[in-house]
Amino acid sequence: MSTTTPQKIKVATIWIDGCSGCHMSFLDIDERLIDLVQHIDLLYSPLVDMKEIPAELDLTLVEGAVSNEHDLERVVALRKASKFMIALGDCAVTGNVPSMRNPIGLKPCFDRAYQEMADIVVNDPADGDPGIPALLEMAKPVHEVVTVDLFVQGCPPPADAIFYVLSELIAGRVPDPTLLTRFGA
Amino acid sequence: MSTQPHIITLTIDGRELSATVDDSILTIARQHKIDIPTLCFLEGLSTWGACRLCLVEIEGTPKLLSACTTKCVENMVVKTDTERLKQHRKMIIELLFAERNHICSVCVSNGACELQSLAQECGVDHVSVPYRYPSLQLDSSHDLFRLDNNRCILCTRCVRVCDEIEGAHTWDVAGRGIDAHVLTDLNTLWGDSESCTSCGKCVQVCPTGALVQKGTAVAEMHKQREFLPYLTKMRRNHP
Repeated sequence: MSTTTPQKIKVATIWIDGCSGCHMSFLDIDERLIDLVQHIDLLYSPLVDMKEIPAELDLTLVEGAVSNEHDLERVVALRKASKFMIALGDCAVTGNVPSMRNPIGLKPCFDRAYQEMADIVVNDPADGDPGIPALLEMAKPVHEVVTVDLFVQGCPPPADAIFYVLSELIAGRVPDPTLLTRFGA
Repeated sequence: MSTQPHIITLTIDGRELSATVDDSILTIARQHKIDIPTLCFLEGLSTWGACRLCLVEIEGTPKLLSACTTKCVENMVVKTDTERLKQHRKMIIELLFAERNHICSVCVSNGACELQSLAQECGVDHVSVPYRYPSLQLDSSHDLFRLDNNRCILCTRCVRVCDEIEGAHTWDVAGRGIDAHVLTDLNTLWGDSESCTSCGKCVQVCPTGALVQKGTAVAEMHKQREFLPYLTKMRRNHP
């Protein structure tokens, strides 16, 4: 394979505050994935087992809003490593469902979920536990945190839209995702 | 009086078109299938000119003017689709999204929302200004309908249809600037409103998921507007 396509595009995908639906939609590209992998090396993703963010990437797809300190840290690191970054899906593009806590405020939201409604009342699990990242005050769309090069709307974006975007980028063209998808699609 | 309507000629996007001096630019453009986006405008209701999406360029005028409120003038040269206008329209739509909490994916009007489809048509791929995330009220007190201020764009179609077509004048706009919001019976819960006839016209003309029928789940709210051109036509025939 690598003899026919000497220069594969180094790709990462990340799933932060989302439902994994965008990754499911990515897999829904189905048999066309076989065409894509001729051109792509998937180096970091929930779909592969790499734990460390690679130093150099051509393209990163971000699913989900930036909602906790770990999300923020990884998005910033991926942005540094990547030449091109795509916000994939409404959570990454608009904040979408994760951002519905923003008008309520973090503390009232947290108290409601983990204390008022809970059978076993716990304090903030992030308190004193380095393994659980603290939530940010607001869940934010990715472009409010780092520069985003392309926005693919949809909840989730249709597989055809994701395939179109990747194929166009591989072909060296700039895709217009609004031709195939929209907010809430 | 049997005066002939005064016919004038104007140019819209390079096309020479005829109009009367009573016609708005928007009316003539639409008659000739020239698409100018609108949100507050609705055929059959009075013209409001608030959403500013129908702004057009007119030669010799430094200001952009709204096509819905600007009447045709002899030899007027109008442009509806310049790069400058496209940028303004995108910004208006972005500001509407940023102003309140429009979460399309979980909205009952998903797939049948004018704000959502205009965003796609105008190429709004993200909102470049920070979202405000205001804390806003829902009014579910009415038996049949619900008001969700999170989705309201203040187009005032509900206010106008209730006043001009139903004749009830249940709706008004209260507050100024960013605090502006629609309300029923001078700030009475909708369910306690004495003037509301429960006709549902406000719900049907609402372009977004701000006014909806109860019992609808995500993407189930489809508005029916056929009554409006019908009633308007009947009233024109019998003033």
